[in-house]
Amino acid sequence: MIRKHLPFATIAVLALVAAPLLLEPFRLSLLAKYLCYAIVALGIGLAWGQGGMLTLGQGVFFGLGGYSMAMYLKLAEGGGLPDFMVWSGVEELPALWTPFANPVFALGMAVLGPVAIAVVLGTLVFRQRVRGAYFAILTQALAAAMVILLVGQQGLTGGTNGMTNFFDLFGADLAADSTQRGLYLVVAGVLGVLYLATRQLVNSRFGRLLVAVRDGEDRVRFLGYNPATVKTVTFAASAGMAGLAGALFVPVVGIISPALLGVVPSLELVVAVAVGGRHALAGAVLGAVLMGYAKTAFSEQFADGWLYLQGALFILVMTLAPKGIAGILGRWRSARAT
Amino acid sequence: MRIPHAILSGVLVISVAACSGTQSGTAPSEAAGGSEIKVGLLHSLSGTMAISEVTVRDAELLAIEEINKAGGVLGKKLVPVVEDGASDWPTFAEKATKLIRQDKVATVFGGWTSASRKAMLPVFERYKALLWYPVQYEGLESSPYIFYTGATTNQQIIPGLDYLKEQGKKKIFLVGSDYVFPRTANKIIKAYAAANGMEILGEEYTPLGHTEYSTLVNKVTQAKPEAVFNTLNGDSNVAFFKQLKSAGATAESMPVLSVSIAEEEVKGIGVDNIAGQPVAWNYYQTTDNPANTAFVKAFKDTYGQDKVTSDPMEAGYNAVYLWAEAAKKAGTVEVEAVKKAAGGIALERPEGLVTIDGETQHMYKTARIGIVQPDGLIKQVWDSGKPIKPDPYLKGYPWASGLAQG
Repeated sequence: MIRKHLPFATIAVLALVAAPLLLEPFRLSLLAKYLCYAIVALGIGLAWGQGGMLTLGQGVFFGLGGYSMAMYLKLAEGGGLPDFMVWSGVEELPALWTPFANPVFALGMAVLGPVAIAVVLGTLVFRQRVRGAYFAILTQALAAAMVILLVGQQGLTGGTNGMTNFFDLFGADLAADSTQRGLYLVVAGVLGVLYLATRQLVNSRFGRLLVAVRDGEDRVRFLGYNPATVKTVTFAASAGMAGLAGALFVPVVGIISPALLGVVPSLELVVAVAVGGRHALAGAVLGAVLMGYAKTAFSEQFADGWLYLQGALFILVMTLAPKGIAGILGRWRSARAT
Repeated sequence: MRIPHAILSGVLVISVAACSGTQSGTAPSEAAGGSEIKVGLLHSLSGTMAISEVTVRDAELLAIEEINKAGGVLGKKLVPVVEDGASDWPTFAEKATKLIRQDKVATVFGGWTSASRKAMLPVFERYKALLWYPVQYEGLESSPYIFYTGATTNQQIIPGLDYLKEQGKKKIFLVGSDYVFPRTANKIIKAYAAANGMEILGEEYTPLGHTEYSTLVNKVTQAKPEAVFNTLNGDSNVAFFKQLKSAGATAESMPVLSVSIAEEEVKGIGVDNIAGQPVAWNYYQTTDNPANTAFVKAFKDTYGQDKVTSDPMEAGYNAVYLWAEAAKKAGTVEVEAVKKAAGGIALERPEGLVTIDGETQHMYKTARIGIVQPDGLIKQVWDSGKPIKPDPYLKGYPWASGLAQG
């Protein structure tokens, strides 16, 4: 029992104690950013790795969470209209914005909004037995549509600029190092709890059913289960995680814009999960942190050609280890055990 | 689930080790200490904006090299730290933080799009660091931690409108990309038109990167305007001018005045499609001035004889010199001292005399209207005679009183 939980406990101590002590504040908030992406990746790992639903549009849910939070932060500043509305020629606060002045509503919307959309979409799509590439294309189209919508509604959403220039979060100065450290701990804590909960879900009867749906949907249906329900619930859970990650991301990074949730960032996250290993939840988390770190490190070292390095890393991992880094580690571990 | 624990152990061990690894690589280099001064250059080196921004970065590197050759600043050499904003606004904010907090640069030269400036602004204000922004923009902003070396509206857009008015053009059509610069610029143009008896026949926006213009060109030609005011940015201009030409519109029958097309962009659009059209800037490669002759020669010698120089490149090149001058005057690179020393500094630059207005941290600049020539360069046909005082909030224009506070 102790042996079983030792690795997780080690990580928890490293993440919650060692990292805040050892890292500079700037690096710590970068790590917090990677961990936000890791929360999204965990959801993708659940939906794609366990459930076989290749979702290329998690950015949509991430964005809904992020924009909900950003709207609250903008209104919490006080001092009249948000800055971007002033220069977009909006004269009074749109009705859509009013309820977001309440932090409970904003946070609730950040999670429940994506869940609701995923439930509606899942019910419509999975009942029609849309799956595989068709489902992937559909989610990707959703991400593209979301960006067009956000850019087009400049007075409501800040357009291509998105929203930035946030000052305080529940009374704490967002710029202060202590606030950033606190935020990091919250993000790390949320990721830890969600990881444990997701693992519990995967190991439960529901988890077995989910894997069964992935591997043989028709057989599961013949056994009397409704695969559409199983898939919808899973998809909604992954959407909720992405929404929560978005809400945490905004105070950590201090900006949300359509560039963060379009087709490309959604794909990047799926790539990160593939690199980490989609069949293991921890692989998804590892992939997101690693790809996030690689992006920062490569672009700092080689400002001119870092995109090639990032691409090369992906191709290398995919050709040498189709099951991702988790696959390599798993093989290495089972080899050592025998 | 046979393997998750080992991997999870890996996750944070790697990331913590990796992050603290980079930390040790950056010895706390006090910006003013040692024999070097670090300055940050933050432009898009990848993505849609790279084509324009790389040239500004090159001009800034040239200025740094020249200053170093002449002995540096306060007896110290300037060391550029180059970062890639990747045409992505959140990345600009992240890299700005990195330059300020980790590299501890004395100042940053960077940005192009208004969106990137809006994303960086809170970072510079938060850490009380300096940004030099080298591109013309929509005005209505004056951050205490940004110096604007490009034109504000009363040094580019309003002179452009004055020019159209002088030419007797009274019916105008507005075409722009869908983001903050064109929308704000058009708000100003509409207020100007209302006060000057001009008529706006239509206002159309397309997303950044849009390339299908037949519908829009139809709308424009059917409205029969006497002139078009164009605030499209980037690649879209290529498709727009091609469509316009194939629809039979000429520079004589319906001139299209552009404020985002300089020598570099003319090459991309194709001279055939745009020759004869007017543009509004503060500097052209052909601007006749000994400082410009030297700048054009130095740039071509460094980067190739086929290269052109443009207004934003010149403004970036100036920014480095202006900051260096302010630092010399202050006797330190400390931000508040430099800001204080900067007001009133006047230098002969390739565009002519440039003076820093201490109050707004904008520049006095000469407005120039030019016509695109068949050889791809731009010939000046009108200028404001003397540098215009920057007025980012258009306080000096009664018709603009409603704009600053929407």
